[in-house]
Amino acid sequence: MDSITSAASVLAAGLAVGLGAIGPGIGQGNAAGSAVEGIARQPEAEGKIRGTLLLSLAFMEALTIYGLVVALVLLFANPFAG
Amino acid sequence: MPFILPFAELEVGQHLYWQLGNYKIHGQVFLSSWVVIGALLALVVVGTRKLERDPRGVQNLLEFLWDYIRELAREQIGEKAYRDWLPFIGTLFLFVFVSNWGGALIPWKLIHLPSGELGAPTADINTTVALALLVSLAYFYAGLSRKGLRYFEYYVEPTPIMVPFKIIEDFTKPLSLSFRLFGNILADELVVAVLAFLVPLIVPLPAMFLGLFTSAIQALIFATLAAYYIGEAVHEEHH
Repeated sequence: MDSITSAASVLAAGLAVGLGAIGPGIGQGNAAGSAVEGIARQPEAEGKIRGTLLLSLAFMEALTIYGLVVALVLLFANPFAG
Repeated sequence: MPFILPFAELEVGQHLYWQLGNYKIHGQVFLSSWVVIGALLALVVVGTRKLERDPRGVQNLLEFLWDYIRELAREQIGEKAYRDWLPFIGTLFLFVFVSNWGGALIPWKLIHLPSGELGAPTADINTTVALALLVSLAYFYAGLSRKGLRYFEYYVEPTPIMVPFKIIEDFTKPLSLSFRLFGNILADELVVAVLAFLVPLIVPLPAMFLGLFTSAIQALIFATLAAYYIGEAVHEEHH
């Protein structure tokens, strides 16, 4: 692989995870905040809220994971390595 | 690009190739899946050997698991159809769960392979894509067998404008299902490997526990989503 391709790949891998983490980060913060609010208002619903929160957090996390998959492909299985 | 860490020796993209006809298959994934399948079979056989009225030991664990999976399936698929899909959902959940935990807990490094390394079968994209495509087939079969051609009404509800989106959805469902599981498990292994490379002692432990937690959640999510998709396909609209 020539140096410009590897430099671009490494940079792109960093950007893919870094930029991909922004949105889900905000989303997970919102979700967790609302869950805490819900528990404060209705402590007896804690179990149900926790279950739903974990499930939805994992969904949001998946978005960053897509970025990570792209980064991993660029680092370990680069199609442009040629 | 060779990327081999001295302590954790993480070898992403290196496989133990077996030749099967015209296909090259990833041998290490097969080996670890067989271990997982064998462990599950052994557990079930041992647990159901001598059934007792008061469950103890392995039987107790199996009954707890069965209860848990039944609740999951009933909640997503609904009272009418969940019995038919309980074995499928249960198998998916147990296989993914035991694969994820087995990849982290079994000391695979003691077994040396000529190339590649043993690990969680779900950290290989082929396994997760196969599982996700099975889920796709399952929900099409569920919908078609329960409703016949009326299943395709689902595509024009609530308005026919939704048709392209619903068709795209059929492709994005297996895509996201497989990538989510693959990415999470591989990410856990990578994080632990990188931390073990930087500081070999103690420091990777919290990341390992977080990895166990997220892999359990991912197994739950995979099973829940599979059940949800099937439930969506068999759901009857009440007009």
